[in-house]
Amino acid sequence: MSLAQRTKTDDLQSANTAEQIELLTFHAGQQEYAVDIMSVREIRGWTKTTSLPHAPSFVHGVINLRGTVLPVIDLARRLEISDEPPQDRDAIIVVDAIGRTVGLRVDSVSDILTLPSDELRLPPEIAGTDAQDFLSAITLIDERMVRVLDLSSVMPEDEQIS
Amino acid sequence: MSDPMQEIRASFFIECDELLEALLDGLEAMSNGGGDGETVNVVFRAVHSIKGGAGAFGLDQLVEFAHAFESAMDAVRAGQIVVDDHHIALFFQGGDTLADLVRHSREGTELDPSSYAELRAKLDAMSAEVADAPSAPSADPAGDGFAPIALDFDFGPDPERRVLITFAPDTELYQSGNEPRLILRALNALGTAEITWSLTENTSLEQMDPEAPYLAWEITLQTASQISKIEEVFEFVDGICHYQITEIDGTDHEDPASSVTLGPESVDDTPPPVVKQTAPTAIQAPAPAPNAQKSTVRVDLDRIDRLVNLVGELVINQSMLSQSVVEAGVASHTAVASGLEEFLQLTRDIQDSVMMIRAQPVKSLFQRMGRIVREASADVGKSVRLDVIGEHTEIDKTVIERLADPLTHMIRNSIDHGIESSEQRRASGKDETGVVTLSASHRSGRVLIEVSDDGGGINREKVREIAEKKGLVSPDQVLSDAETDGLLFLPGFSTADQVSNLSGRGVGMDVVKSSIASLGGRISIASTPGHGTKLSISLPLTLAVLDGMVIRSETETLVVPLGAISETLTLRREDIRPYGPDAQLLRVRDTLVPLMDLAAQLGYRPPLKDFEGSIGLLIGLEDGTQAALVVDAIEDQRQVVIKGLEQSYGSVPGIAAATILGDGQIALILDPGDLIHRAAKQTPPATPTPLEGAA
Amino acid sequence: MNVLAVDDSRTMRDMIRVTLDQAGIQTHLAEDGVHGLEVLEGIEPDAIITDLNMPRLDGFGFIQAVRSQSDRGTIPILVLTTESAADLKSRARDAGATGWIVKPFDPDKLVRALQMVAG
Repeated sequence: MSLAQRTKTDDLQSANTAEQIELLTFHAGQQEYAVDIMSVREIRGWTKTTSLPHAPSFVHGVINLRGTVLPVIDLARRLEISDEPPQDRDAIIVVDAIGRTVGLRVDSVSDILTLPSDELRLPPEIAGTDAQDFLSAITLIDERMVRVLDLSSVMPEDEQIS
Repeated sequence: MSDPMQEIRASFFIECDELLEALLDGLEAMSNGGGDGETVNVVFRAVHSIKGGAGAFGLDQLVEFAHAFESAMDAVRAGQIVVDDHHIALFFQGGDTLADLVRHSREGTELDPSSYAELRAKLDAMSAEVADAPSAPSADPAGDGFAPIALDFDFGPDPERRVLITFAPDTELYQSGNEPRLILRALNALGTAEITWSLTENTSLEQMDPEAPYLAWEITLQTASQISKIEEVFEFVDGICHYQITEIDGTDHEDPASSVTLGPESVDDTPPPVVKQTAPTAIQAPAPAPNAQKSTVRVDLDRIDRLVNLVGELVINQSMLSQSVVEAGVASHTAVASGLEEFLQLTRDIQDSVMMIRAQPVKSLFQRMGRIVREASADVGKSVRLDVIGEHTEIDKTVIERLADPLTHMIRNSIDHGIESSEQRRASGKDETGVVTLSASHRSGRVLIEVSDDGGGINREKVREIAEKKGLVSPDQVLSDAETDGLLFLPGFSTADQVSNLSGRGVGMDVVKSSIASLGGRISIASTPGHGTKLSISLPLTLAVLDGMVIRSETETLVVPLGAISETLTLRREDIRPYGPDAQLLRVRDTLVPLMDLAAQLGYRPPLKDFEGSIGLLIGLEDGTQAALVVDAIEDQRQVVIKGLEQSYGSVPGIAAATILGDGQIALILDPGDLIHRAAKQTPPATPTPLEGAA
Repeated sequence: MNVLAVDDSRTMRDMIRVTLDQAGIQTHLAEDGVHGLEVLEGIEPDAIITDLNMPRLDGFGFIQAVRSQSDRGTIPILVLTTESAADLKSRARDAGATGWIVKPFDPDKLVRALQMVAG
């Protein structure tokens, strides 16, 4: 089971067993995020997207991933933390979530962390922001705060598409 | 690996569909006066095989009805019933009910038996007429031979008993392939057997008939088995041997004299019958199968789809390669270029062949329509016949599946509104039976399907009246006959003058049109008053590839289906008229059509103010809707492989699908119909507006 | 053991094949009598199972044809049929069958019957 598929309560319960999990960390809009490595399919360089009419602004468009049509989501725009246009050095992380495959546009990919799952904490509820809605957990590693994405909430909802 | 029985069950239902098809074919032949004995046999066997398989899966309701149907067919087969039109109609109904029952069985639901009770009674009556015939069904409600299989329950060991068995084979026992040795072995397996043999006749060896039986056995069996178990051993040889089973008082008497000895009773004293003639019996020369059987392989659709996708990739890769070769500046007369040309041809051929794997004849679909005609004509009390042409025409399987609903509706419409009542038909000198013709054919790379009737044709005055009443046209608008007919496809139009059983379904021709359009097809209508109406559907051969025009709009490359483009125009300022604050109309000869700025429509940039010199694609839809689409450049015209967007992303307004171009980039494929209708909600009506004073 | 099964119904052929596979019996399949005779030319089965109602050449014709072959005349043949119990025996006998099995068949019974007639 991938981390993204778990509910937040599951994370707390599984904390007792303290299994090791692996996270892929990356930067988006100058902040550090992570996803469970199990949901990552591949990482690729930025490529020009074909824009989709009437799509929400955080949907960049679609790219050709070896013959399949892959939607690309701008993570920084999705999280409403930055609105910078894509650059050639950006990366696309191809992830699986809720039965779909999407590409996430990020600034750069950092590294892979292995840590016991009981070091994950529920994201705090902070008034005046929806930031925690997209997170399944947070963790502190050597003073770095790593936000673990809840991939299912990052996906565009059907009513946003048309 | 999945349960083999589940797989067989699934394949049984596929077989049922084939059998039902053969059944309807046979009935069709019988109703057309053809239908020799073999046709009746085919029909009988179809029902029989369905019953056989259904029995294996415990589908009792299906078994029971199939049995009733089979018995009636058997009476026909035996020549005990002379088939008339009434019987044929009954058999068609039987076929329909059988199809319903198969469907219900497949879905694990039950069909209300009262829905076919009357039919069932009539079929039973047919076989009851010949109840004296040996083939009449038994009283067993589940059908002959469908008695439950007796299960052997062992409730602890039976007390041991001693049984004396005598056994003397007749000649037929050997001729039928039975083997006394195996019978003795089977007896021995039931317990402990002491076996002695004797000669039944004292004949010298020279006089012996090599094929006559001379041996008899006597078996004393110590067993815990029931007598019935012992009898079972003799099941296959009962009647072709003499045997007797006697239970010996199981205490301590072992007097063999008390058992039955081989006497005149147990051994035939008449000479063994003359050995049956075993000369080769003439086998009827195998009649040529009614439909020469083609050898086939059943393949999982997923595998084919995967192949289709891979070939799609191949086509894309190939065009990317061609592009690189051109970019590398390779001259066209070089070996590389000509090799690439051959490669291109091969790739196209492979693609065509792969697409043909998915193709199926429209026959099964047309047969379903036969049922629609029978039911719909019965509903409205009209006599209607369905003529079918070109049922072997092949189309993509997916297209066939998605054609069923629109075709059903079109045919119902023809019967409900097109075909006149018998009285009216008589009055106008027509045959009382109306004819609906369903045809399929290949035409210039597309499939043409036509539904025509020999009814009264479209009542244009009435159409016009209704359209005006519903505000679909203004009273002073001048419409040609074709344009009037086109009104039938407008949303909200319904000619249901009298509410009949059929038109109360609330589906209009607009729905038919949009479902055809979603298949990349076009529909048109033609009608001659007094002679009937013809609806024509033109469809792509497959949903996997599309002939498109590659265009540029702002920075994006898009594909417009070629079928939707009636012509390309270079726009001139003087042909464009403002229409309201934001919209324009374009004059094309003597009509004005809405002008749509594609890039603005798709949100790529704000609308242009001046269209001078821009390129317009005149889009013509089946309903007569026209619009001019402004694009920035036309780049290419080519076949593209369709990649769905629905699964990976969702549906996008105005966009039908996506494709991958030679440079590896994704291009969106426009859905002109959707685009125009969406735009029409904001801007002027997208119907051609005749110029004032134009003829 | 090695068995030829002749039936025009794919479902029945599949069921026979699965039943016999599970009993470790090798099965050859044919779709009708004519096909059955063709298949028979290349194999030497220990027993034959055949349907009666079949296109091209029915079970009766098929059995007669097998019985008329000098070297195959005594192959045990089981008739697999939905005929009524009363008719069954005489019809099978008339055809020259060794034994019979009623459809839908009980898998164990089919195997037992095969062992009964073919050893």
